[in-house]
Amino acid sequence: MDTILVPEPEESLPNLSVSNDQGILQWISSVDHKQIGIMYLWLSVLFLVVAGIEILLVRLQLAIPNNHFLAPEVYNQLFTMHGTTMIFFVAMPAIFGFTTYFVPLMIGANDMAFPRLNAFSFWTTFFGGSLLYFSFIAGGAPDAGWFNYAPLNEYNYSSSPGIDYYCAGLLFAGIGTVTASINFVVTILHYRVPAMSLKQMPLFVWMILINSFLILAAFPSLNAALAMLLLDRQLHAHFFSAAGGGSAILWQHLFWLFGHPEVYIVILPIFGIFSEVFPVFSRKPIFGYSMVIGSGIAIALLAFGVWVHHMFATGLGNTVNGFFAASSLLIGIPTGVKIFNWLATMHGGAIRFSVSMLFAIAFLIEFTIGGLSGISFAIVPIDWQLTDTYYVVAHLHFVFIGGTLFGLLSGLFYWFPKMSGRVPDQRLSRWFFWLFVAGFNITFLVQHALGAMGMPRRVYTYPNLPGWGVLNLISTIGAFLMAGAVGLLVYILVRALNKGAIAASDPWDANTLEWTTTSPPGLKNFDRVIPVKSTRPFRDYKRPEDADWKRQEAAYTEKPPDIDITQNNSHGE
Amino acid sequence: MENKLMIKLVVGTEAMFFLALIMAYVYFSLLPGFSPQQADHLDIRSTAIFSAFLFSSSFTFWRAEMNFKQGKMTRLKGWLLLTLVLGLAFLFGQGNEYARLLRENVSISSSLFGTSFFTLTGFHGLHVFAGLVVISIITTLTFMGDYDRSTSSVFGTVGIYWHFVDIVWLFVFLIVYVLPHFHKITG
Repeated sequence: MDTILVPEPEESLPNLSVSNDQGILQWISSVDHKQIGIMYLWLSVLFLVVAGIEILLVRLQLAIPNNHFLAPEVYNQLFTMHGTTMIFFVAMPAIFGFTTYFVPLMIGANDMAFPRLNAFSFWTTFFGGSLLYFSFIAGGAPDAGWFNYAPLNEYNYSSSPGIDYYCAGLLFAGIGTVTASINFVVTILHYRVPAMSLKQMPLFVWMILINSFLILAAFPSLNAALAMLLLDRQLHAHFFSAAGGGSAILWQHLFWLFGHPEVYIVILPIFGIFSEVFPVFSRKPIFGYSMVIGSGIAIALLAFGVWVHHMFATGLGNTVNGFFAASSLLIGIPTGVKIFNWLATMHGGAIRFSVSMLFAIAFLIEFTIGGLSGISFAIVPIDWQLTDTYYVVAHLHFVFIGGTLFGLLSGLFYWFPKMSGRVPDQRLSRWFFWLFVAGFNITFLVQHALGAMGMPRRVYTYPNLPGWGVLNLISTIGAFLMAGAVGLLVYILVRALNKGAIAASDPWDANTLEWTTTSPPGLKNFDRVIPVKSTRPFRDYKRPEDADWKRQEAAYTEKPPDIDITQNNSHGE
Repeated sequence: MENKLMIKLVVGTEAMFFLALIMAYVYFSLLPGFSPQQADHLDIRSTAIFSAFLFSSSFTFWRAEMNFKQGKMTRLKGWLLLTLVLGLAFLFGQGNEYARLLRENVSISSSLFGTSFFTLTGFHGLHVFAGLVVISIITTLTFMGDYDRSTSSVFGTVGIYWHFVDIVWLFVFLIVYVLPHFHKITG
């Protein structure tokens, strides 16, 4: 009998390149968390390029008024696929890639709790994305926007199979997301090195823990809605078709009951990344460790009480709108708390402006702009005026790019030496940073103005009204600048993998356990783990005379006789 | 330990899924034209009988767990088989009910009632079916002697899922069958 020998990894280290010496079969059969993490990240890069090309076509169409570069149907498909892909197959896989790779390393574990489930999660995400893109050759991509409102998503309005593929692809990916989150929770709660208490976990791990619960609570709502929509389209059920007695607004409720938590799902892990990056590059401990956790939990809870602010224009009445306006204003507070945590961490620190830190600092500014435009939407009359205009587009890109993507890039430049064992070119990386930030601001700042002038989103062309043409042209130029920057990034990464300088195991003088391994980590992460007595175990290990836990112990035991004990601040740093 | 935490998280996320389906059902049931159909087509008595099978299967599975902990393998096999039979009886009862409704021209596409009824009970039935597949696998393994002198957590883990499926049906039964009945008497 012919048997296929699945190559078990032996000596070779999981390297970033696909041309591993044990071949592609070893990659697709892998259950190693580092390899699966890398596959998640490559999947994300692949879809970033695809969804980026889609939106460049859209921006070309919008570059001048009354343009006919794209047909309206094609335009609808492109912006729908752009949004859906960026959220579900760029942001989520990138976050899960870092999580799968680094959570076990940061808690001193050798793998995830369920390695095969981990592989399952990746491959369902992969096939979900493939299914979504198969729609292009199956008769047309989904074309009702990424939130896919009823009744446009119903068969009578979109009879190509695109939306069926949207449902099936996102259901697949959703199952992968939920199973991965279950895996993360079990890993974090059961596989920490015994010395590490919950209050000594790195903040990235904390944010992933909170985020996983958020995913487990939010995704079922989307999955239920997608199942209902598939039943509507395939078996002629009547959930969302008003003609059959159903309710179009039910889709909006179910979708945003998932969708609003989702925007926090793609930002909480980012807050975790920044809570690692700011302390390391400011040479200071995080300011207010427990405040970062507490505000994270507050965000997760409040996230389920704000979804109707996406629906102010549907006419649910003043009482409902008032409640959700208040809760939406409220959720800005814990996010603001975190911004102050990071600012205070930088304050008085010896800051090193590495590319990772540059993205972190840029994030503080861009995300605050996105937050301010977000707060303006919580005010119902402003929302009525600006809903479905380019102001919304500008806002969501400031939080998704200025927040999520900047965080992912910050994490990429922070962890790339660990994952690949190579150092990316510093000069080119800085060029990339400045080009990307410039392109991003050129593209989206002007869209605030376009929105305020009343330009509706998702309309494939526009009349030559005063100012519209030139602002759109600026936006398109910015988009191409960003695309060039992303091309440069791919070049930087590939070049670093091939001939980058060899990275040290601890290039940033960092604090957490993943940096105690070699770069890249060996097949088995740890034979032994250094003692964990504070939130910065590796720093304690490198500077035993100045260890955090010693200082904390001293603060608890010593009672300086000349100081009134009631005024004694026990956390002198 | 890890397995139990894992299945508890699965149950938690599944609970949210059913909550979404139940909310849709309740929302639609308040619209005009829904409750007369519900009253006309649903037969609480026959459903109560096959529901009792499912509820008692939770008890039998609990007995199986207890006997496994005490190492009484013969009794374990008996209780597992009984659980399987009760679960199958529930699915058979549900199948009969579906067949009758389809004969009365109530289908998923016939009306809002059909849409929400078949979706809610259908997804629950799917979960019962999945549970039965898992239970038949562990029953087979038990008969093959895999769990003799073992401290496996599999029975506790599967048990949490099976009891969850049972509890979901309790809510579905109350909301879909009992509450409208109650309305009819009072109003």
